[in-house]
Amino acid sequence: MAVKTDVLSKADMGGGESILAALAPRVIGGLKHAATRVLPPVMFLALLLTIWEIACSSPGATLPPPSTVLSDTWELIIDPFFDKGGLNKGMFWHLASSLQRVAIGFAIAAAVGIGLGVLIGQSTLAFRGLDPIFQVLRTVPPLAWLPLSLAAFRHADPSAIFVIAITAVWPIILNTAVGIRNIPQDYRNVSRVLRLNGFEFFFKVMLPATVPFMFTGLKIGIGLSWLAIVAAEMLIGGVGIGFFIWDAWNSSLISEIILALIYVGLVGFMLDRLIGFIGNRVGGYSSQ
Amino acid sequence: MSAYLSISNVGMTFKGANGPFIALREIELEINSGEFVALIGHSGCGKSTLLNIVAGLTRATTGGVLLQGKEVSDPGPDRAVVFQNHSLLPWLTVYDNVKLAVDKVHSKTKNKAERDAWTRHNLALVGMDHALDKRPQEISGGMKQRVGIARALAMEPKVLLLDEPFGALDALTRATLQDTVMELHAKLNNTVIMITHDVDEAVLLSDRVVMMTNGPAATIGEVLNVNLARPRNRLALATDPEYTRCRQQILEFLYARHRAPAVHAA
Repeated sequence: MAVKTDVLSKADMGGGESILAALAPRVIGGLKHAATRVLPPVMFLALLLTIWEIACSSPGATLPPPSTVLSDTWELIIDPFFDKGGLNKGMFWHLASSLQRVAIGFAIAAAVGIGLGVLIGQSTLAFRGLDPIFQVLRTVPPLAWLPLSLAAFRHADPSAIFVIAITAVWPIILNTAVGIRNIPQDYRNVSRVLRLNGFEFFFKVMLPATVPFMFTGLKIGIGLSWLAIVAAEMLIGGVGIGFFIWDAWNSSLISEIILALIYVGLVGFMLDRLIGFIGNRVGGYSSQ
Repeated sequence: MSAYLSISNVGMTFKGANGPFIALREIELEINSGEFVALIGHSGCGKSTLLNIVAGLTRATTGGVLLQGKEVSDPGPDRAVVFQNHSLLPWLTVYDNVKLAVDKVHSKTKNKAERDAWTRHNLALVGMDHALDKRPQEISGGMKQRVGIARALAMEPKVLLLDEPFGALDALTRATLQDTVMELHAKLNNTVIMITHDVDEAVLLSDRVVMMTNGPAATIGEVLNVNLARPRNRLALATDPEYTRCRQQILEFLYARHRAPAVHAA
């Protein structure tokens, strides 16, 4: 209350009317933006929930309607941070450990992928030698790697991280390589006239020119690794959102599965946006 | 005494799918220091190939290029190129594009403050000092070419190579850039080789116009001396008999004796 009056009195002293007048178009602009961008998805979400509610409200329905999901999982929603030991933890901890695995696996994939991408983008010999192998390997589904990595690493966590890395690495390699092959000849000519050495060419021309392509690969890669982690965790167990879903299925807690799916979707969306945001900041130019 | 820049017996043969393709043969040309030479010819006559050989970006199959008695074997800042499509790096500002060249070329001869001043000086020469922090995609085509020229000038080249620098610009922008190039040439007395398609541009800017025959196996057909006093003024020249004579001679070469292959076919 005290804060409010303080703000008001300051506004009065500095000519409250002009501030209001300046603020008005912004507020109206904000409202317009909200109406055009926020309203449609909210309306369609409400429509979908209504259809779902009606469809699953009959006594013979196999899946719970949204109202039941909400009431069943209310405790999980309001307290995501509880930790009752073992696997009985709040949603936050499950998501956090999944994200941690993705972070490590994705970091490995990014480092290896960019390195190999630069190699096959720059060297025709490496491209001819490795590209056919990559083209075959990248079609192997993520989970098909899991038994092999379990056999190799003998532990759940490194195996899951390996699956993430091997899933995410292919689009990063291929997009980086395409980016390097697409560096305009003009840029190469400019560097040759300037006599840039290999080191200078890499950091001043090749890397900036390839960043947009690289981030396309990284964006696809993060999406794939989030897809793979949920599947991998269902099999390896332990704390993680994938295992949470599997555990809920084994206990027939369908509402919890639905809640977990919503979280998985939201986190995946945020990961995608995060990489997109970083990409725009790092390579924020549009080449013509 | 040998010429400042000499191109002797240069020939270029490309290995094509249907056997070797002779692009250039027996090119002989000597250029003096401070001279402005235009290369004119129809599309596909190998003008760009010749310029790339002088730049060192392409190696000639036969013959060679000597610059101040030293053979040209690879590209270098002493033969700075202004490329047709500007080729500024889009992630760098106008200032940084020129600074990249200045830092690289003058790393040993100038200290940090001098390099900064030299970058600004060259951008001021082409009238782009008002847009130092703009990125290439935020400025017009003519401005991009100005920055490209500033970048090349900043390398203090022995020969400035202009690869059809104004080809993609509208006529009015082209005229103002031609005036800028004339002013710069008067001020700095660079040795310049410029490729062009434009007869008026060739006569207006150069001391000599080198006319090339059509490919394949293109070579120098004729060399025209432009005996017009400098500074030149495009308005005054429009009625000058020497200007008209030069123009006439180039037109005759290009359209009467060496018509474009496509025109023949039609």
